[in-house]
Amino acid sequence: MDNEKVDTLLEECQGKAGSLIRVLMEIQHEMQWLPREVLVKVSERLEVPFSQVLQVATFYKTFRLEPPGRHEVHVCMGTSCHVRGSQRILDKVSDVLGIKPGETDSQSRFTLVEGNCLGACTLGPEMIIDGDHHSRVAPAHVEEILKKYD
Amino acid sequence: MPKITSAAELEALRKEIASKRDPDTPSIAVCAGAGCLGQGNDRVIRAFEEEIKKQSLAEKVALRATGCHGFCDRGPNVVIYPDEICYMEVTPEDVPEIVQETVLGKKVVDRLIYTDPGTEEKAAHLSDVPFYKKQVRNLIGANTRIDPQSLEDYLAIDGYAALSKALFEMGPEEVLEEIKKANLRGRGGGGFPAGLKWETARNAPGEEKYVIVNGHEGEPGAFMDRALFTGNPHCVLEGLIIGAYAIGSHQGFIYTRHDSPQLIQNIETALAKAREYGLLGDDILGSGFDFDVEVHFDVGIFVSGESSALMRSIEGKNPEPRPKYIRTSVSGIWNRPSNLNNVETWANVAQIINRGADWYAGIGTDRSKGTKLLSLSGAIRNTGVVEVPFGTTLREIVYDIGGGIRDGKKLKAVHFGGPMGGSVPERFLDTPLDFDEMSKIGAPIGAGGMLVLDEDTNMVELTRFYLNFLTNESCGKCVPCREGIRQMLKIVTRIRQGEGRSGDIELLEEIAEVMGAASLCSLGKTAADPLKGTLRYFRDEYEANIAE
Repeated sequence: MDNEKVDTLLEECQGKAGSLIRVLMEIQHEMQWLPREVLVKVSERLEVPFSQVLQVATFYKTFRLEPPGRHEVHVCMGTSCHVRGSQRILDKVSDVLGIKPGETDSQSRFTLVEGNCLGACTLGPEMIIDGDHHSRVAPAHVEEILKKYD
Repeated sequence: MPKITSAAELEALRKEIASKRDPDTPSIAVCAGAGCLGQGNDRVIRAFEEEIKKQSLAEKVALRATGCHGFCDRGPNVVIYPDEICYMEVTPEDVPEIVQETVLGKKVVDRLIYTDPGTEEKAAHLSDVPFYKKQVRNLIGANTRIDPQSLEDYLAIDGYAALSKALFEMGPEEVLEEIKKANLRGRGGGGFPAGLKWETARNAPGEEKYVIVNGHEGEPGAFMDRALFTGNPHCVLEGLIIGAYAIGSHQGFIYTRHDSPQLIQNIETALAKAREYGLLGDDILGSGFDFDVEVHFDVGIFVSGESSALMRSIEGKNPEPRPKYIRTSVSGIWNRPSNLNNVETWANVAQIINRGADWYAGIGTDRSKGTKLLSLSGAIRNTGVVEVPFGTTLREIVYDIGGGIRDGKKLKAVHFGGPMGGSVPERFLDTPLDFDEMSKIGAPIGAGGMLVLDEDTNMVELTRFYLNFLTNESCGKCVPCREGIRQMLKIVTRIRQGEGRSGDIELLEEIAEVMGAASLCSLGKTAADPLKGTLRYFRDEYEANIAE
């Protein structure tokens, strides 16, 4: 597992146990997930027991221990989106892709995520794919939107 | 830029900035907040950039990508100064006309201004739009006037004047007294007097003390702190530095969301600029006071917004709360006195120091002073960030500001405080927004998430939704919370499916009572609040689904 950015980051945080969460976050922003061998490196460099690294990596929901698909589909599960029918959107995406929330399809094309509220409540119900907002979505739009990502 | 080393130098710089700015120069403020971003404001900003270049107007027109203007529902929002002409739902195609007609020609483009859906009345100026008219935008109002990444913009609106006043004209005790006198109450949910909290931290034994900005805002449907922090980071930072000075802290922490790139960028830029100008770091403004700030991120769990959990997270550990028989203001991060306030609380500090506690205490109600930011969402017509003085009634917020209910439906309830809050039916609409009044009716303001529900809302489903949210967000450390929420969810789900059993409601009430008494932190203690509230006001909806 070679990644220059990750190595530089770990270099900077040598021995700083308190920066564990930030380091894991930046690695995930860079690599989209946290491979086990990288976690081992984190443990060595930050001088934090591996068990504690795993404890943090498995506790916080953002951290991912398996590689995601090429595209991340967040269906916002915030309250405002919920009262505007986001469950039907989630069910429809799940149906079209044949995966449940948290899963990645067999071609590694999509990972489906029950998304946190991003505060754009006026756009609800919304789907966010790779950071692009698709707003005021109806179940009938879902297939068309997903087609744009291969 | 060399560091500023005295109050006089700061004022000289402010004058220099003002002298370079002609108030009559047209400036264009395009909202770059979360709601507008999702509606294509980036394309609008690019279109303005291109048009300005095409017409060689760079010297004559200022363009700013600003923080949230507030009226998310009609985004992308554009405001043209000096006349404060307010355009809504702007597309890139509208841009050449706006530049030609309004920026250069000083004329209003009629089709882009606000038209009231009921009365067809039009409003060209921001302050005439009904959504803004009834608000008092002491905090969020600056968003349209500054580029969040520009320290000069903040200085131009009197930024850091309060810090300078605190450092050179007041002592730490005097600052503390002013905050106490203003009766600034914490905006994060508890409504605890900030001055008392500061005083506890100040008097707590120990040399090393910390101050913390809680910018976690994990509550679904709450977006006001993000709007303020992203749009005006220096305002929060200035409050934090003043607080640190009053408390005697030299190290601050900002704890905020990891999933909002614009927010992170604006905070990092603000910190870097403040260091460059000598507003952070050693010997701030030549006063001898040292203070710096570190940024930490929430990585996706609601409980880490709880103060003691948040402090664990800053230590690099899992966010498990601890019992609070010793307050975090006495023993917090690494067991040192740690004063935590929410984004909006810190943002209030500078105006209190600038304009005085008496001015501040003149706004609001008897026991809730100042203004409150709200995230207005749900079945409301005008979704957005709202700032009103305490004492404004819920009716005014829903109808005058919010424009009423969407799709001609009827209002059923208003819910405050998200997953740990409560819903109240229509008959409470004349209640004034006030920490204590709202708690009394069972809908504590919380952080300010205000969800409007229409007649189609199933209150059992809403409760199930919140419980489902909380099962995933509890840290699991204490049993009453971890197991209590799960069991309540099981029962409410069964009632929701029409399979409720006799005795279910009583069982729910019993679990709720135990959780309230025995949970470690406020997440567990208040997790049953939406349930209790809906049982209080909408009990028939539960009973209808229980077999006799």
